[in-house]
Amino acid sequence: MAATGEGKKEEADYKRLHSFPLIRHTDMPEEMRVETMELCVTACEKFATNNESAAKMIKESMDKKFGSSWHVVIGEGFGFEVTHEVKNLLYMFFGGSLAVCVWKCS
Amino acid sequence: MQDAFFCRGSNETVLFVQDKEDGMEHGDEWDEWSHGKTLTKPPDQLELTEAELNETFTRILTATNPHAPQNIVRYSFKKRSYKPISAVDQMAVHFVLEGNLLYKDSDEARRQMAKQGLPAVIFVVFGSACIGFTQATPGEDAAEMEEVEEEDRPDSAASKTGKKEQKLTNQINFCERASQTLNNPPRERNCQTEPPPRCNFSAIANQWEIYDAYVEELQKQEKNKEKQKAIPSKKDDEDDDRGKKKMILMETQTQSDDLCKMAKATKILERMVNQNIYGDLAIDFKYYEDCSDEFREQEGTLLPLWKFQCDKAKKLTVTALCWNKKYQDLFAAGMGSYDFSKQGRGVLVFYTLKNSSFPEYIYPTNCGIMCLDIHEQVSYLVAVGFYDGCVAVYNLKEDGQQPVYQSTAKTGKHTDPVWQVRWQNDDMDGNHNFYSVSSDGRVVSWTLVKNELVSTDIIKLTMEGVPHLSTASFDFHKQINHLFLVGTQEGKIHKCFKTYSSQYLETYDAHTLAVDAVKWNHFHPKVFISCSSDWTVKIWDHTINTPMFTFELYAAVGDVAWAPYSSTVFAAVTVNGKVHIFDLNVNKYEAICQQQVVAKKTKLTHIEFNLVHPLIIVGDDQGYITSFKLSPNLRKQPKVRQSSLSRLTDVMPMQI
Repeated sequence: MAATGEGKKEEADYKRLHSFPLIRHTDMPEEMRVETMELCVTACEKFATNNESAAKMIKESMDKKFGSSWHVVIGEGFGFEVTHEVKNLLYMFFGGSLAVCVWKCS
Repeated sequence: MQDAFFCRGSNETVLFVQDKEDGMEHGDEWDEWSHGKTLTKPPDQLELTEAELNETFTRILTATNPHAPQNIVRYSFKKRSYKPISAVDQMAVHFVLEGNLLYKDSDEARRQMAKQGLPAVIFVVFGSACIGFTQATPGEDAAEMEEVEEEDRPDSAASKTGKKEQKLTNQINFCERASQTLNNPPRERNCQTEPPPRCNFSAIANQWEIYDAYVEELQKQEKNKEKQKAIPSKKDDEDDDRGKKKMILMETQTQSDDLCKMAKATKILERMVNQNIYGDLAIDFKYYEDCSDEFREQEGTLLPLWKFQCDKAKKLTVTALCWNKKYQDLFAAGMGSYDFSKQGRGVLVFYTLKNSSFPEYIYPTNCGIMCLDIHEQVSYLVAVGFYDGCVAVYNLKEDGQQPVYQSTAKTGKHTDPVWQVRWQNDDMDGNHNFYSVSSDGRVVSWTLVKNELVSTDIIKLTMEGVPHLSTASFDFHKQINHLFLVGTQEGKIHKCFKTYSSQYLETYDAHTLAVDAVKWNHFHPKVFISCSSDWTVKIWDHTINTPMFTFELYAAVGDVAWAPYSSTVFAAVTVNGKVHIFDLNVNKYEAICQQQVVAKKTKLTHIEFNLVHPLIIVGDDQGYITSFKLSPNLRKQPKVRQSSLSRLTDVMPMQI
């Protein structure tokens, strides 16, 4: 019981500690990066259960803000190799289990 | 259709035929203007003689018809008798043609238009010809005929379908002109823009990767927190500035790290740029030989090449020059001042021949540099002697502008300017060590032990009654380690032994003024050279206390140097800006080259031969270092059979 309790506590700790957005890789300029990151956080929180909607929201907002042909991938496990326009890529983790990759390529 | 106008002039009948092509026949009106009016003679034209042509006919045209009956009578019921009628119809009809004009709104016209598939709105006029005239003189053979022609004919309607409402033109003198201009040839022009740069990125996202990333990040954050904690705690211990300084230091370190990545690339680029700018000098250095040397028997010339200067060394005197033994293109120059009233800062610079515009290394010093030496084996160690009596050792591999070793008053520094430093072979413990000589009369050996300099007095120069002598230069024997020469400011040269510190082996009354340089020959073990401000250069055999050769140069001699390639060649610089090069093998009395290399006012202070290239560098009191290439006559190599040693022995005066 104690062990499970501890495990739960750990999990809670993990969730609490790992909830912040962690940028893994990006080559965006500062301003754009911050904006994109905030957008990703907003989208993921809004559609916590529906990654597709979150991705759609991010994509559409990015298209509006920074010009068309953005691509967004959100998931808990995936591998990718993408070609992106330089200074238009953001790869981040969020919420301890989500990976978000946003890039532009027309 | 042709319109014919028959004109009977006074004496000539011509037929104007106007080629009136209608749309039916020619389709377009293109030719209409180009044909114009042609003059044609009918075949049946009367041929009249001149007299006939000049004959005048008088005709009166009246409105009465000659054929009209004049005797028409009618029965008048009023008068009950026949009466002639005076009013006779004078009109005569010659030709009648039924017209086929239709009113376009009429049923007939509509029907026709429908038949031809024309839209009803198109204006169509069916033309006809109707001629009527009054003939005044019935006997007239020529008739004036005028035909009123309608522009548009029914049969031309088909061709008009494409054209909408054409403007009716004046039939009399209408003419249409057109010209065709050259059409500009079409050209294609396009340009292509570069697509925005792209690059690839790939990664794998799964739960453990994400977890690891978060854990790593958290650890980093914790470390940062600890650091931040550590800094304020230090603040408590020490003063506030320290912590800030450390922060700044850390920042600058990271910044410099970023730049360091580019350092090598920028260095290469700088050298490339320099090679481009001074490409001709490099080619001269490598390939140019003075052809005129073949025609001069002995004399040679100096070809000026690069000139080295640096803003930080401006207005300073070059007080020392030394080639790096390992990297033959690198040399060190010490800057300071010989003028005792103008002492100040100094600078130690390292130049390479590959980059003449900016030094490889710069070490600014608070005190003027007087001498320097680069270690033969450990080529990054440089010993430097200062005007204030300090000696220091710089390590080129270390970052920073400070020397790695520096003597202090505690460790027995000189009390007067250090005139010469010279590296020695490592001692038995394997420590590097060097000797220094100063005008306080001491010759001191310095040993680099861990992180301090340990000094040992080798000899204190004394003379009867005088507590110490001021030394100006010294040189160690190339083969006999213990033997060295000391030149003094009084003009004497002492031969000393490291181990007998109390007395000299020999004293030469060499010069009447300070001995500026004394140097052993590179090849001959007994021969050395000395020079002085008393205008002379002397060559000695150390076993004999009178000079073998004395050369008068008519100006204070700043420095002499033996050539590394021949035992008989040496060079001297004088304060009047001249370089003198001697080859005893060629001429025992005069210089084989005597060249003014800088302005006369500029004093030359030092000269050094490059160890492998036929190149000398000359330093002056303006902070410039100039390099010269020796012409072939100046660098005659000794013949293989005859060794350098024997050659110099051969040229030695017999009286010795």
